[in-house]
Amino acid sequence: MKLFNKLSAGLGVAAATALTAMPAWAADLVKAPDVAAQAGMVNKGDTTWMLVSTALVLMMAVPALGLFYGGLVRTKNMLSVLMQTLMTFCICSLVWACWGYSIAFTSGGENHFFGGLSKMFLAGVTPGTYAVTFSNNVYFPELVYFCFQMTFASITPALIVGAFAERIKFVPLMIFMVLWLTLVYCPIAHMVWYWAGPDFLPDTPNDYGYLWGLGALDFAGGTVVHINAGIAGLMGCLIVGKRIGYKTEPMPPHSLTMTMTGASLLWVGWFGFNVGSNLEANGLAGLVFANTFLATSAAAFAWAVIELIVHGKPSLLGGVTGAIAGLVAITPACGFASPMTSILLGFVVSIVCFLMVTTVKNKLGYDDTLDVFGVHCIGGIVGAIGTAIVADPALGGQGFVDYTVFPAVAGKYDMAAQIITQIKAVLLTLVWSGGISAVLFFILKLTMGLRPSAEVEQDGLDISEHGERAYNY
Amino acid sequence: MKLVIAIIKPFKLDEVREALSGLGVQGMTVTEVKGFGRQKGQTEIYRGAEYSTNMVPKIKVEVATTDDLAGRVVEVIQQSANTGAIGDGKIFVIDVAHAVRIRTGETDDVAL
Repeated sequence: MKLFNKLSAGLGVAAATALTAMPAWAADLVKAPDVAAQAGMVNKGDTTWMLVSTALVLMMAVPALGLFYGGLVRTKNMLSVLMQTLMTFCICSLVWACWGYSIAFTSGGENHFFGGLSKMFLAGVTPGTYAVTFSNNVYFPELVYFCFQMTFASITPALIVGAFAERIKFVPLMIFMVLWLTLVYCPIAHMVWYWAGPDFLPDTPNDYGYLWGLGALDFAGGTVVHINAGIAGLMGCLIVGKRIGYKTEPMPPHSLTMTMTGASLLWVGWFGFNVGSNLEANGLAGLVFANTFLATSAAAFAWAVIELIVHGKPSLLGGVTGAIAGLVAITPACGFASPMTSILLGFVVSIVCFLMVTTVKNKLGYDDTLDVFGVHCIGGIVGAIGTAIVADPALGGQGFVDYTVFPAVAGKYDMAAQIITQIKAVLLTLVWSGGISAVLFFILKLTMGLRPSAEVEQDGLDISEHGERAYNY
Repeated sequence: MKLVIAIIKPFKLDEVREALSGLGVQGMTVTEVKGFGRQKGQTEIYRGAEYSTNMVPKIKVEVATTDDLAGRVVEVIQQSANTGAIGDGKIFVIDVAHAVRIRTGETDDVAL
Protein backbone atom coordinates (compact mmCIF):
# COMPACT_ATOMS: atom_id res chain seq x y z
CA MET A 1 0.00 0.00 0.00
CA LYS A 2 2.67 2.44 -1.01
CA LEU A 3 0.11 4.72 -2.58
CA PHE A 4 -1.91 4.81 0.59
CA ASN A 5 1.08 5.93 2.67
CA LYS A 6 2.06 8.57 0.23
CA LEU A 7 -1.42 10.01 0.01
CA SER A 8 -2.37 9.92 3.63
CA ALA A 9 0.92 11.54 4.56
CA GLY A 10 0.53 14.39 2.13
CA LEU A 11 -3.15 14.94 2.04
CA GLY A 12 -5.70 13.97 4.51
CA VAL A 13 -9.20 12.80 4.47
CA ALA A 14 -10.42 14.02 1.13
CA ALA A 15 -7.94 12.16 -0.97
CA ALA A 16 -8.08 9.11 1.21
CA THR A 17 -11.58 8.42 -0.12
CA ALA A 18 -10.08 7.44 -3.45
CA LEU A 19 -7.95 4.88 -1.75
CA THR A 20 -10.73 2.77 -0.41
CA ALA A 21 -10.94 1.70 -4.05
CA MET A 22 -7.43 0.28 -3.94
CA PRO A 23 -7.35 -3.47 -3.95
CA ALA A 24 -5.12 -5.31 -1.56
CA TRP A 25 -2.54 -6.06 -4.24
CA ALA A 26 -1.98 -2.36 -4.90
CA ALA A 27 1.54 -2.77 -3.58
CA ASP A 28 2.49 -4.56 -6.79
CA LEU A 29 1.18 -1.95 -9.20
CA VAL A 30 2.08 -2.57 -12.81
CA LYS A 31 2.91 0.36 -15.04
CA ALA A 32 1.39 0.21 -18.55
CA PRO A 33 0.00 -3.33 -18.25
CA ASP A 34 -0.58 -5.20 -21.52
CA VAL A 35 -3.99 -6.62 -22.40
CA ALA A 36 -3.25 -9.97 -20.77
CA ALA A 37 -2.31 -8.23 -17.55
CA GLN A 38 -5.38 -5.95 -17.78
CA ALA A 39 -7.59 -9.04 -17.98
CA GLY A 40 -6.49 -9.85 -14.45
CA MET A 41 -7.31 -6.33 -13.25
CA VAL A 42 -11.05 -6.51 -13.93
CA ASN A 43 -13.46 -6.56 -11.03
CA LYS A 44 -16.80 -8.25 -11.58
CA GLY A 45 -18.48 -5.81 -9.18
CA ASP A 46 -17.30 -2.86 -11.26
CA THR A 47 -18.37 -4.53 -14.48
CA THR A 48 -21.80 -5.36 -13.08
CA TRP A 49 -22.33 -1.82 -11.89
CA MET A 50 -21.35 -0.42 -15.27
CA LEU A 51 -23.79 -2.75 -17.05
CA VAL A 52 -26.59 -1.69 -14.70
CA SER A 53 -25.67 1.99 -15.10
CA THR A 54 -25.78 1.67 -18.86
CA ALA A 55 -29.31 0.29 -18.76
CA LEU A 56 -30.33 3.05 -16.33
CA VAL A 57 -29.12 5.76 -18.70
CA LEU A 58 -31.03 4.10 -21.54
CA MET A 59 -34.16 4.44 -19.40
CA MET A 60 -33.46 8.17 -19.03
CA ALA A 61 -33.98 8.59 -22.77
CA VAL A 62 -36.53 5.87 -23.45
CA PRO A 63 -39.02 6.65 -22.05
CA ALA A 64 -38.13 9.16 -19.29
CA LEU A 65 -37.03 12.13 -21.39
CA GLY A 66 -39.83 11.50 -23.87
CA LEU A 67 -42.47 11.52 -21.12
CA PHE A 68 -40.94 14.52 -19.37
CA TYR A 69 -40.91 16.52 -22.60
CA GLY A 70 -44.10 15.01 -24.03
CA GLY A 71 -46.26 15.94 -21.07
CA LEU A 72 -45.28 19.57 -21.55
CA VAL A 73 -46.46 19.92 -25.15
CA ARG A 74 -50.01 20.06 -26.44
CA THR A 75 -51.96 16.86 -27.16
CA LYS A 76 -51.53 17.23 -30.92
CA ASN A 77 -47.72 17.10 -30.66
CA MET A 78 -47.25 14.38 -28.04
CA LEU A 79 -46.21 11.60 -30.40
CA SER A 80 -43.83 13.85 -32.33
CA VAL A 81 -41.82 14.47 -29.18
CA LEU A 82 -41.80 10.79 -28.20
CA MET A 83 -40.77 9.81 -31.72
CA GLN A 84 -38.08 12.49 -31.96
CA THR A 85 -36.45 11.39 -28.70
CA LEU A 86 -36.77 7.67 -29.53
CA MET A 87 -35.36 7.94 -33.05
CA THR A 88 -32.63 10.38 -32.05
CA PHE A 89 -31.51 7.89 -29.44
CA CYS A 90 -31.56 4.95 -31.84
CA ILE A 91 -29.87 6.72 -34.76
CA CYS A 92 -27.19 8.22 -32.54
CA SER A 93 -26.34 4.85 -31.03
CA LEU A 94 -25.80 3.50 -34.56
CA VAL A 95 -23.57 6.48 -35.41
CA TRP A 96 -21.71 5.95 -32.16
CA ALA A 97 -20.92 2.35 -33.07
CA CYS A 98 -19.95 3.19 -36.66
CA TRP A 99 -17.60 6.11 -36.05
CA GLY A 100 -18.58 8.17 -33.00
CA TYR A 101 -16.82 6.05 -30.41
CA SER A 102 -13.63 6.10 -32.42
CA ILE A 103 -13.65 9.89 -32.85
CA ALA A 104 -14.34 10.42 -29.15
CA PHE A 105 -12.21 7.78 -27.50
CA THR A 106 -9.12 7.08 -29.54
CA SER A 107 -5.95 9.11 -29.45
CA GLY A 108 -5.70 12.05 -31.83
CA GLY A 109 -1.92 12.09 -31.47
CA GLU A 110 -0.78 15.70 -31.43
CA ASN A 111 -4.32 16.83 -32.20
CA HIS A 112 -6.18 17.20 -28.93
CA PHE A 113 -9.58 18.14 -30.40
CA PHE A 114 -10.80 14.83 -31.80
CA GLY A 115 -9.59 11.26 -32.02
CA GLY A 116 -8.82 9.02 -34.96
CA LEU A 117 -10.77 6.48 -36.97
CA SER A 118 -8.89 3.36 -35.85
CA LYS A 119 -11.92 1.94 -34.02
CA MET A 120 -14.48 2.75 -36.73
CA PHE A 121 -17.15 0.05 -36.89
CA LEU A 122 -15.74 -1.13 -33.56
CA ALA A 123 -12.58 -2.46 -35.17
CA GLY A 124 -10.49 -4.21 -32.55
CA VAL A 125 -13.05 -3.76 -29.77
CA THR A 126 -13.68 -7.25 -28.43
CA PRO A 127 -14.66 -8.94 -25.16
CA GLY A 128 -10.92 -9.21 -24.56
CA THR A 129 -10.09 -5.49 -24.65
CA TYR A 130 -10.34 -3.23 -21.63
CA ALA A 131 -11.11 0.36 -20.72
CA VAL A 132 -9.20 2.40 -18.17
CA THR A 133 -10.74 3.72 -14.94
CA PHE A 134 -9.62 6.42 -12.53
CA SER A 135 -7.51 4.01 -10.49
CA ASN A 136 -4.14 2.49 -11.24
CA ASN A 137 -4.45 -1.12 -12.35
CA VAL A 138 -8.25 -1.23 -12.39
CA TYR A 139 -9.88 -2.06 -15.75
CA PHE A 140 -13.24 -3.13 -17.08
CA PRO A 141 -14.38 -4.53 -20.43
CA GLU A 142 -14.13 -2.01 -23.25
CA LEU A 143 -17.45 -3.12 -24.75
CA VAL A 144 -19.15 -2.15 -21.49
CA TYR A 145 -17.46 1.26 -21.62
CA PHE A 146 -18.49 1.58 -25.26
CA CYS A 147 -22.12 0.86 -24.36
CA PHE A 148 -22.07 3.16 -21.33
CA GLN A 149 -20.72 6.02 -23.43
CA MET A 150 -23.17 5.13 -26.22
CA THR A 151 -26.08 5.97 -23.94
CA PHE A 152 -24.51 9.38 -23.22
CA ALA A 153 -23.87 10.06 -26.90
CA SER A 154 -27.46 9.12 -27.69
CA ILE A 155 -29.35 10.96 -24.94
CA THR A 156 -27.43 14.24 -25.31
CA PRO A 157 -28.72 14.99 -28.84
CA ALA A 158 -32.20 13.94 -27.69
CA LEU A 159 -32.14 16.74 -25.09
CA ILE A 160 -31.95 19.30 -27.90
CA VAL A 161 -35.38 18.51 -29.39
CA GLY A 162 -37.16 20.20 -26.48
CA ALA A 163 -36.00 23.63 -27.59
CA PHE A 164 -38.00 23.66 -30.83
CA ALA A 165 -40.67 21.10 -29.97
CA GLU A 166 -44.05 21.45 -31.72
CA ARG A 167 -42.63 23.02 -34.91
CA ILE A 168 -39.87 20.98 -36.58
CA LYS A 169 -39.76 18.65 -39.57
CA PHE A 170 -38.78 15.14 -38.59
CA VAL A 171 -36.36 14.08 -41.34
CA PRO A 172 -34.18 17.23 -41.35
CA LEU A 173 -34.04 16.95 -37.56
CA MET A 174 -32.68 13.41 -37.77
CA ILE A 175 -30.06 14.52 -40.30
CA PHE A 176 -29.08 17.30 -37.92
CA MET A 177 -28.62 14.75 -35.15
CA VAL A 178 -26.18 12.64 -37.17
CA LEU A 179 -24.12 15.70 -38.08
CA TRP A 180 -24.26 17.20 -34.60
CA LEU A 181 -23.16 13.99 -32.92
CA THR A 182 -20.23 13.69 -35.32
CA LEU A 183 -19.08 17.30 -35.43
CA VAL A 184 -19.99 18.56 -31.96
CA TYR A 185 -20.58 15.81 -29.42
CA CYS A 186 -17.71 13.49 -30.33
CA PRO A 187 -15.04 16.22 -30.38
CA ILE A 188 -16.25 17.76 -27.11
CA ALA A 189 -16.39 14.32 -25.46
CA HIS A 190 -12.85 13.71 -26.73
CA MET A 191 -11.63 17.06 -25.43
CA VAL A 192 -13.11 16.56 -21.97
CA TRP A 193 -12.97 12.82 -21.31
CA TYR A 194 -10.28 11.25 -23.47
CA TRP A 195 -7.00 10.44 -21.78
CA ALA A 196 -4.50 7.60 -21.83
CA GLY A 197 -5.40 6.35 -18.37
CA PRO A 198 -3.60 6.29 -15.02
CA ASP A 199 -1.18 3.50 -15.92
CA PHE A 200 -0.20 5.02 -19.27
CA LEU A 201 -0.24 8.80 -18.92
CA PRO A 202 3.13 9.04 -17.10
CA ASP A 203 4.81 7.50 -20.18
CA THR A 204 2.70 9.35 -22.76
CA PRO A 205 2.20 12.69 -21.02
CA ASN A 206 0.72 14.23 -24.17
CA ASP A 207 -2.05 11.70 -24.74
CA TYR A 208 -5.26 13.48 -23.70
CA GLY A 209 -8.08 15.66 -24.99
CA TYR A 210 -7.67 19.44 -25.02
CA LEU A 211 -9.87 20.32 -22.03
CA TRP A 212 -8.68 17.31 -20.02
CA GLY A 213 -5.17 18.64 -20.55
CA LEU A 214 -6.17 22.08 -19.31
CA GLY A 215 -7.36 20.41 -16.12
CA ALA A 216 -11.08 21.03 -16.62
CA LEU A 217 -13.20 18.97 -14.20
CA ASP A 218 -16.39 17.44 -15.58
CA PHE A 219 -17.33 14.27 -13.77
CA ALA A 220 -20.43 13.17 -15.68
CA GLY A 221 -21.07 15.72 -18.39
CA GLY A 222 -21.83 19.32 -17.43
CA THR A 223 -20.00 20.59 -20.50
CA VAL A 224 -20.20 17.52 -22.73
CA VAL A 225 -23.89 16.86 -22.18
CA HIS A 226 -25.81 19.80 -20.76
CA ILE A 227 -24.06 22.96 -21.95
CA ASN A 228 -23.40 21.24 -25.25
CA ALA A 229 -27.06 20.33 -25.85
CA GLY A 230 -28.44 23.49 -24.21
CA ILE A 231 -26.63 25.94 -26.47
CA ALA A 232 -27.46 23.83 -29.54
CA GLY A 233 -31.10 24.02 -28.49
CA LEU A 234 -30.95 27.81 -28.22
CA MET A 235 -29.48 28.09 -31.71
CA GLY A 236 -32.17 25.75 -32.99
CA CYS A 237 -35.10 27.64 -31.46
CA LEU A 238 -33.74 30.97 -32.72
CA ILE A 239 -33.21 29.69 -36.27
CA VAL A 240 -36.43 27.68 -36.47
CA GLY A 241 -38.43 30.60 -35.06
CA LYS A 242 -41.27 30.92 -32.60
CA ARG A 243 -44.33 28.71 -32.61
CA ILE A 244 -47.42 30.12 -34.29
CA GLY A 245 -49.44 31.72 -31.51
CA TYR A 246 -46.55 31.98 -29.06
CA LYS A 247 -47.51 34.56 -26.43
CA THR A 248 -50.90 35.15 -28.06
CA GLU A 249 -52.68 31.87 -27.44
CA PRO A 250 -52.46 29.58 -24.42
CA MET A 251 -50.18 26.56 -24.77
CA PRO A 252 -50.47 24.82 -21.41
CA PRO A 253 -48.83 21.40 -20.86
CA HIS A 254 -51.20 18.60 -21.83
CA SER A 255 -50.25 16.23 -19.00
CA LEU A 256 -48.15 17.21 -16.02
CA THR A 257 -48.78 13.71 -14.69
CA MET A 258 -46.67 12.37 -17.52
CA THR A 259 -44.06 15.07 -16.99
CA MET A 260 -43.82 14.02 -13.35
CA THR A 261 -43.49 10.36 -14.33
CA GLY A 262 -40.74 11.20 -16.81
CA ALA A 263 -38.87 13.43 -14.36
CA SER A 264 -39.00 10.75 -11.69
CA LEU A 265 -37.59 8.13 -14.05
CA LEU A 266 -34.91 10.63 -15.05
CA TRP A 267 -33.90 11.00 -11.42
CA VAL A 268 -33.57 7.24 -10.98
CA GLY A 269 -31.73 6.88 -14.28
CA TRP A 270 -29.40 9.73 -13.35
CA PHE A 271 -27.81 7.50 -10.71
CA GLY A 272 -26.58 5.37 -13.61
CA PHE A 273 -25.46 8.50 -15.40
CA ASN A 274 -23.53 10.07 -12.53
CA VAL A 275 -22.50 7.13 -10.40
CA GLY A 276 -21.70 5.09 -13.50
CA SER A 277 -19.33 7.85 -14.54
CA ASN A 278 -17.18 6.81 -11.60
CA LEU A 279 -16.47 3.63 -13.64
CA GLU A 280 -15.93 1.67 -10.43
CA ALA A 281 -18.26 0.49 -7.66
CA ASN A 282 -16.35 1.86 -4.67
CA GLY A 283 -16.52 4.46 -1.90
CA LEU A 284 -16.36 7.34 -4.34
CA ALA A 285 -19.37 5.82 -6.11
CA GLY A 286 -21.20 6.10 -2.79
CA LEU A 287 -20.25 9.77 -2.57
CA VAL A 288 -21.45 10.44 -6.11
CA PHE A 289 -24.73 8.72 -5.27
CA ALA A 290 -25.26 10.81 -2.12
CA ASN A 291 -24.35 14.04 -3.92
CA THR A 292 -26.68 13.32 -6.83
CA PHE A 293 -29.50 12.49 -4.46
CA LEU A 294 -29.15 15.53 -2.20
CA ALA A 295 -28.50 18.18 -4.84
CA THR A 296 -31.72 17.10 -6.57
CA SER A 297 -33.80 17.21 -3.42
CA ALA A 298 -32.35 20.60 -2.52
CA ALA A 299 -33.03 22.08 -5.93
CA ALA A 300 -36.61 20.76 -6.12
CA PHE A 301 -37.28 22.08 -2.62
CA ALA A 302 -35.71 25.44 -3.42
CA TRP A 303 -37.79 25.89 -6.58
CA ALA A 304 -40.98 25.16 -4.66
CA VAL A 305 -40.03 27.70 -1.99
CA ILE A 306 -39.22 30.33 -4.63
CA GLU A 307 -42.63 29.80 -6.25
CA LEU A 308 -44.35 29.93 -2.91
CA ILE A 309 -42.75 33.32 -2.31
CA VAL A 310 -43.12 34.73 -5.84
CA HIS A 311 -46.48 33.27 -6.96
CA GLY A 312 -47.98 32.23 -3.65
CA LYS A 313 -48.44 28.66 -4.93
CA PRO A 314 -45.79 25.96 -5.32
CA SER A 315 -46.45 24.18 -8.61
CA LEU A 316 -45.65 20.57 -9.43
CA LEU A 317 -44.04 21.66 -12.67
CA GLY A 318 -41.83 23.98 -10.62
CA GLY A 319 -40.87 21.12 -8.32
CA VAL A 320 -39.84 18.79 -11.12
CA THR A 321 -38.09 21.58 -13.02
CA GLY A 322 -36.07 22.26 -9.90
CA ALA A 323 -35.23 18.57 -9.59
CA ILE A 324 -33.96 18.46 -13.18
CA ALA A 325 -31.97 21.68 -12.67
CA GLY A 326 -30.40 20.12 -9.58
CA LEU A 327 -29.51 16.96 -11.48
CA VAL A 328 -27.97 19.04 -14.25
CA ALA A 329 -25.89 21.16 -11.88
CA ILE A 330 -24.56 18.25 -9.84
CA THR A 331 -23.61 16.28 -12.96
CA PRO A 332 -20.15 17.83 -13.44
CA ALA A 333 -19.62 18.19 -9.68
CA CYS A 334 -20.93 14.87 -8.36
CA GLY A 335 -17.51 13.23 -8.00
CA PHE A 336 -15.87 16.29 -6.46
CA ALA A 337 -18.40 17.85 -4.06
CA SER A 338 -19.30 16.84 -0.52
CA PRO A 339 -22.93 16.05 0.33
CA MET A 340 -23.35 19.40 2.09
CA THR A 341 -21.88 21.50 -0.71
CA SER A 342 -24.07 19.50 -3.14
CA ILE A 343 -27.11 20.79 -1.27
CA LEU A 344 -25.85 24.37 -1.61
CA LEU A 345 -25.26 23.84 -5.32
CA GLY A 346 -28.85 22.61 -5.61
CA PHE A 347 -30.17 25.78 -3.94
CA VAL A 348 -28.09 28.05 -6.16
CA VAL A 349 -29.01 26.39 -9.44
CA SER A 350 -32.74 26.65 -8.74
CA ILE A 351 -32.48 30.37 -8.06
CA VAL A 352 -30.51 30.97 -11.26
CA CYS A 353 -32.65 28.73 -13.48
CA PHE A 354 -35.89 30.14 -12.05
CA LEU A 355 -34.81 33.65 -13.01
CA MET A 356 -33.74 32.34 -16.39
CA VAL A 357 -36.95 30.56 -17.41
CA THR A 358 -39.34 33.15 -15.94
CA THR A 359 -37.81 36.60 -16.17
CA VAL A 360 -34.91 36.47 -18.64
CA LYS A 361 -36.65 34.25 -21.19
CA ASN A 362 -39.72 36.49 -21.25
CA LYS A 363 -37.58 39.62 -21.57
CA LEU A 364 -35.57 38.22 -24.47
CA GLY A 365 -38.65 36.70 -26.10
CA TYR A 366 -37.09 33.54 -27.60
CA ASP A 367 -39.37 30.48 -27.78
CA ASP A 368 -37.35 27.67 -26.17
CA THR A 369 -40.40 25.43 -25.85
CA LEU A 370 -39.22 23.20 -23.01
CA ASP A 371 -36.44 25.38 -21.56
CA VAL A 372 -33.53 23.31 -22.82
CA PHE A 373 -31.33 26.40 -22.74
CA GLY A 374 -32.67 27.79 -19.47
CA VAL A 375 -32.36 24.56 -17.52
CA HIS A 376 -29.67 22.46 -19.23
CA CYS A 377 -27.26 25.10 -20.54
CA ILE A 378 -27.60 27.59 -17.68
CA GLY A 379 -27.84 24.83 -15.05
CA GLY A 380 -24.82 23.19 -16.67
CA ILE A 381 -22.84 26.42 -16.47
CA VAL A 382 -23.75 26.86 -12.80
CA GLY A 383 -22.61 23.28 -12.22
CA ALA A 384 -19.42 23.55 -14.26
CA ILE A 385 -18.24 26.69 -12.48
CA GLY A 386 -19.63 25.52 -9.15
CA THR A 387 -17.53 22.36 -9.52
CA ALA A 388 -14.38 24.44 -9.09
CA ILE A 389 -15.70 25.68 -5.74
CA VAL A 390 -17.14 22.49 -4.30
CA ALA A 391 -14.13 20.42 -5.38
CA ASP A 392 -11.84 22.41 -3.08
CA PRO A 393 -10.55 20.07 -0.34
CA ALA A 394 -10.74 23.06 2.01
CA LEU A 395 -14.54 22.85 1.62
CA GLY A 396 -14.62 19.08 1.99
CA GLY A 397 -14.25 18.46 -1.75
CA GLN A 398 -12.24 15.74 -3.45
CA GLY A 399 -9.72 18.01 -5.18
CA PHE A 400 -8.16 16.40 -8.22
CA VAL A 401 -5.80 13.51 -8.80
CA ASP A 402 -2.44 14.07 -10.45
CA TYR A 403 -2.11 11.26 -12.98
CA THR A 404 1.18 12.43 -14.48
CA VAL A 405 3.06 10.38 -11.91
CA PHE A 406 2.84 6.65 -11.27
CA PRO A 407 1.08 5.74 -9.09
CA ALA A 408 -1.29 8.72 -9.14
CA VAL A 409 -1.26 11.18 -6.25
CA ALA A 410 -3.61 13.96 -5.19
CA GLY A 411 -2.87 17.26 -6.90
CA LYS A 412 -2.41 20.59 -5.14
CA TYR A 413 -5.76 22.36 -5.43
CA ASP A 414 -6.02 26.03 -6.39
CA MET A 415 -9.65 27.17 -6.46
CA ALA A 416 -9.11 30.45 -8.30
CA ALA A 417 -7.11 28.79 -11.05
CA GLN A 418 -9.69 26.02 -11.29
CA ILE A 419 -12.52 28.53 -11.72
CA ILE A 420 -10.62 30.09 -14.64
CA THR A 421 -10.10 26.63 -16.17
CA GLN A 422 -13.79 25.78 -15.78
CA ILE A 423 -14.81 29.07 -17.43
CA LYS A 424 -12.49 28.29 -20.35
CA ALA A 425 -14.12 24.88 -20.74
CA VAL A 426 -17.60 26.46 -20.63
CA LEU A 427 -16.69 29.09 -23.20
CA LEU A 428 -15.07 26.59 -25.55
CA THR A 429 -18.16 24.39 -25.39
CA LEU A 430 -20.51 27.34 -25.97
CA VAL A 431 -18.52 28.53 -28.98
CA TRP A 432 -17.89 25.08 -30.49
CA SER A 433 -21.39 23.73 -30.05
CA GLY A 434 -23.19 27.06 -30.55
CA GLY A 435 -21.22 27.88 -33.69
CA ILE A 436 -21.39 24.51 -35.41
CA SER A 437 -25.04 23.99 -34.43
CA ALA A 438 -25.99 27.36 -35.90
CA VAL A 439 -24.23 26.53 -39.17
CA LEU A 440 -25.90 23.11 -39.37
CA PHE A 441 -29.36 24.53 -38.66
CA PHE A 442 -28.86 27.25 -41.27
CA ILE A 443 -27.75 24.80 -43.96
CA LEU A 444 -30.73 22.54 -43.26
CA LYS A 445 -33.09 25.50 -43.20
CA LEU A 446 -31.88 26.64 -46.63
CA THR A 447 -31.85 23.16 -48.19
CA MET A 448 -34.53 20.83 -46.81
CA GLY A 449 -36.30 23.38 -44.64
CA LEU A 450 -36.66 22.92 -40.90
CA ARG A 451 -40.20 24.06 -40.36
CA PRO A 452 -43.47 22.49 -41.45
CA SER A 453 -46.13 24.66 -43.10
CA ALA A 454 -48.43 26.77 -40.93
CA GLU A 455 -51.28 24.37 -41.67
CA VAL A 456 -49.27 21.35 -40.55
CA GLU A 457 -48.21 23.17 -37.42
CA GLN A 458 -51.82 24.12 -36.62
CA ASP A 459 -53.02 20.55 -37.15
CA GLY A 460 -50.23 19.22 -34.98
CA LEU A 461 -47.14 17.25 -35.89
CA ASP A 462 -48.61 13.92 -34.75
CA ILE A 463 -51.18 13.61 -37.51
CA SER A 464 -49.24 15.44 -40.23
CA GLU A 465 -45.68 14.17 -39.67
CA HIS A 466 -46.39 10.74 -38.21
CA GLY A 467 -49.93 9.90 -39.37
CA GLU A 468 -51.34 9.03 -35.96
CA ARG A 469 -52.78 10.59 -32.82
CA ALA A 470 -51.66 10.11 -29.25
CA TYR A 471 -55.17 9.90 -27.85
CA ASN A 472 -58.26 8.55 -29.56
CA TYR A 473 -61.27 9.07 -27.41
CA MET B 1 -94.67 24.79 -22.07
CA LYS B 2 -91.42 26.34 -20.96
CA LEU B 3 -87.77 25.42 -21.28
CA VAL B 4 -85.81 26.41 -18.20
CA ILE B 5 -82.08 26.79 -18.89
CA ALA B 6 -79.86 27.17 -15.85
CA ILE B 7 -76.11 27.82 -15.89
CA ILE B 8 -74.82 26.69 -12.50
CA LYS B 9 -71.64 25.90 -10.61
CA PRO B 10 -70.58 22.31 -11.38
CA PHE B 11 -70.47 21.17 -7.75
CA LYS B 12 -74.10 22.28 -7.27
CA LEU B 13 -75.48 19.87 -9.88
CA ASP B 14 -76.43 17.10 -7.45
CA GLU B 15 -78.33 19.46 -5.16
CA VAL B 16 -80.20 20.96 -8.09
CA ARG B 17 -81.10 17.53 -9.46
CA GLU B 18 -82.39 16.33 -6.09
CA ALA B 19 -84.41 19.48 -5.53
CA LEU B 20 -86.01 19.18 -8.97
CA SER B 21 -86.79 15.48 -8.40
CA GLY B 22 -88.53 16.49 -5.19
CA LEU B 23 -90.69 18.77 -7.31
CA GLY B 24 -91.67 15.89 -9.57
CA VAL B 25 -89.49 16.86 -12.52
CA GLN B 26 -88.82 13.62 -14.37
CA GLY B 27 -85.98 14.51 -16.71
CA MET B 28 -83.33 17.01 -17.58
CA THR B 29 -80.42 17.47 -19.97
CA VAL B 30 -77.00 18.37 -18.55
CA THR B 31 -74.04 19.75 -20.51
CA GLU B 32 -70.54 20.77 -19.44
CA VAL B 33 -70.00 24.29 -20.72
CA LYS B 34 -67.53 27.15 -20.41
CA GLY B 35 -68.24 30.83 -20.29
CA PHE B 36 -67.74 34.04 -18.47
CA GLY B 37 -69.77 36.63 -16.65
CA ARG B 38 -68.81 38.78 -13.72
CA GLN B 39 -66.79 35.98 -12.17
CA LYS B 40 -63.11 36.29 -13.12
CA GLY B 41 -61.20 33.28 -14.45
CA GLN B 42 -58.12 31.79 -12.86
CA THR B 43 -54.45 32.34 -13.57
CA GLU B 44 -52.36 29.34 -14.53
CA ILE B 45 -48.56 29.58 -14.42
CA TYR B 46 -46.31 27.06 -16.17
CA ARG B 47 -42.72 28.06 -15.43
CA GLY B 48 -42.49 31.45 -17.14
CA ALA B 49 -45.73 31.21 -19.11
CA GLU B 50 -48.76 32.78 -17.48
CA TYR B 51 -52.25 32.11 -18.85
CA SER B 52 -55.34 33.75 -17.46
CA THR B 53 -58.31 31.62 -18.33
CA ASN B 54 -61.30 33.94 -18.63
CA MET B 55 -63.58 31.04 -19.48
CA VAL B 56 -64.91 29.37 -16.34
CA PRO B 57 -66.27 25.81 -16.42
CA LYS B 58 -70.02 25.62 -15.67
CA ILE B 59 -72.88 23.16 -15.97
CA LYS B 60 -75.87 23.90 -18.17
CA VAL B 61 -79.12 22.25 -17.00
CA GLU B 62 -82.11 22.21 -19.34
CA VAL B 63 -85.55 21.30 -18.05
CA ALA B 64 -88.70 21.24 -20.15
CA THR B 65 -91.78 21.83 -18.01
CA THR B 66 -95.47 22.67 -18.13
CA ASP B 67 -96.45 26.30 -17.78
CA ASP B 68 -97.86 25.69 -14.29
CA LEU B 69 -94.68 24.18 -12.90
CA ALA B 70 -92.21 26.57 -14.57
CA GLY B 71 -92.31 29.13 -11.76
CA ARG B 72 -91.57 26.50 -9.08
CA VAL B 73 -88.75 24.98 -11.15
CA VAL B 74 -87.04 28.35 -11.44
CA GLU B 75 -87.53 28.98 -7.73
CA VAL B 76 -86.10 25.59 -6.73
CA ILE B 77 -83.05 25.95 -8.98
CA GLN B 78 -82.43 29.46 -7.69
CA GLN B 79 -82.47 28.19 -4.12
CA SER B 80 -80.53 24.95 -4.54
CA ALA B 81 -77.76 26.37 -6.76
CA ASN B 82 -77.23 29.41 -4.56
CA THR B 83 -73.99 29.89 -2.65
CA GLY B 84 -74.22 33.65 -2.32
CA ALA B 85 -70.89 34.05 -4.08
CA ILE B 86 -70.18 35.64 -7.43
CA GLY B 87 -70.36 33.10 -10.25
CA ASP B 88 -73.50 31.25 -9.10
CA GLY B 89 -74.90 31.45 -12.61
CA LYS B 90 -78.11 32.46 -14.35
CA ILE B 91 -81.53 31.03 -15.22
CA PHE B 92 -83.33 31.67 -18.50
CA VAL B 93 -86.90 30.69 -19.36
CA ILE B 94 -88.12 30.40 -22.93
CA ASP B 95 -91.38 29.36 -24.54
CA VAL B 96 -91.56 25.95 -26.15
CA ALA B 97 -93.83 25.62 -29.19
CA HIS B 98 -94.14 21.89 -29.44
CA ALA B 99 -92.92 18.63 -27.81
CA VAL B 100 -93.03 15.00 -28.98
CA ARG B 101 -92.17 11.78 -27.15
CA ILE B 102 -90.34 9.75 -29.78
CA ARG B 103 -91.35 6.29 -28.52
CA THR B 104 -95.12 6.84 -28.44
CA GLY B 105 -95.70 9.90 -30.57
CA GLU B 106 -97.48 11.65 -27.64
CA THR B 107 -97.30 15.42 -27.88
CA ASP B 108 -96.98 18.56 -25.73
CA ASP B 109 -97.72 18.36 -21.96
CA VAL B 110 -98.20 14.58 -22.03
CA ALA B 111 -94.87 14.17 -23.73
CA LEU B 112 -92.90 15.98 -21.00
